[in-house]
Amino acid sequence: MQAQRVLGLIFGITFGFLLQKGGATDYGIIIGQLLLTDFTVVNIMLSAMLVGMIGVFTMKELGLVRLHVRGGSWGATVIGGLIFGAGFAILGYCPGTAAGAAGSGSLDAVVGMIGIVLGAGLFARLYPFLDRSILNSGPFPAETLPEMFGMKPGLVVVAVALVVLGTLATIAALGF
Amino acid sequence: MIEWLTMARWSPYIVGAGIGFLIWATFLFSDRPLGASMAYTRTAGMVESAVSPEKTASMPYYQKFSPTTDWNWFLIIGVVIGAFISALLSGTFSIMLVPPVFAEAFGLNTGLRAAFALAGGILMGLGARWAGGCTSGHGISGTLQLSVASYVAAACFFAGGIFVAGLIFGFPYM
Repeated sequence: MQAQRVLGLIFGITFGFLLQKGGATDYGIIIGQLLLTDFTVVNIMLSAMLVGMIGVFTMKELGLVRLHVRGGSWGATVIGGLIFGAGFAILGYCPGTAAGAAGSGSLDAVVGMIGIVLGAGLFARLYPFLDRSILNSGPFPAETLPEMFGMKPGLVVVAVALVVLGTLATIAALGF
Repeated sequence: MIEWLTMARWSPYIVGAGIGFLIWATFLFSDRPLGASMAYTRTAGMVESAVSPEKTASMPYYQKFSPTTDWNWFLIIGVVIGAFISALLSGTFSIMLVPPVFAEAFGLNTGLRAAFALAGGILMGLGARWAGGCTSGHGISGTLQLSVASYVAAACFFAGGIFVAGLIFGFPYM
């Protein structure tokens, strides 16, 4: 457990370093993404996802790692996602990049982090009610894309990788 | 090598690939995906515990996610440190209250920016836990595992974000 805390710290330092170098801790760049004038954030996310996917599925084939996927629902994923999106635009950072921005000296991100703690606490308060009423309504038909399409995971990985590469190339070709 | 570390900006593809490799390591060595929002739940729980330990212990959400300093919590502490090191090496570290883009639209209004940051943060913390993840947990770690919920969540994060950013700053593409 103690070793995992140290690992968490080391992984966090790496993550924060990369986010800062990428410009993802910059309010202007995140707002630029949401105004569709700057595609740095999407380029970072798609590159990370592509590299991560290939490695994680390869390691899974080799029996080295297991996946951590949970199901979702309209009530949880869609409503929660839209609330998150509104907060994303108003704060101008996300939970990871706010910490990075705070480390870069942006004090507004520190206020944002306090807000995120309050919001997470609010959710914990509302959880019993939300769990009874809305979080489980309209569950998605499957947990993963391979299950949903009835395809082999390897095939879906290749298809998704091609879509991601195509998207990155299109963004670059459009001059972002 | 040193020049590379002091560069103010790296290519988003290099940064993204680096985060991708980092996720290989979190799966391999910690058996976890990379996700940022859980740390905030733990912190909220720790604050609640400090105020009223018995009530907090009885709350179902904190029974599910106990309020302790775990891997995710140290991850976020690490992000602060890592970004600080990067900003120092780049020579871009600076104490800032109002980001330039915000100041252009609303003036150098510290109180207004703080109000936006707090309100946005509250919505974000609520939404992240509601949806079960954030831009890193769903947007990167979930989509790369081909999780259906994560694709839907990422689409909703950006749909909501693009719409509300347009309401705040105007829609430049319309």
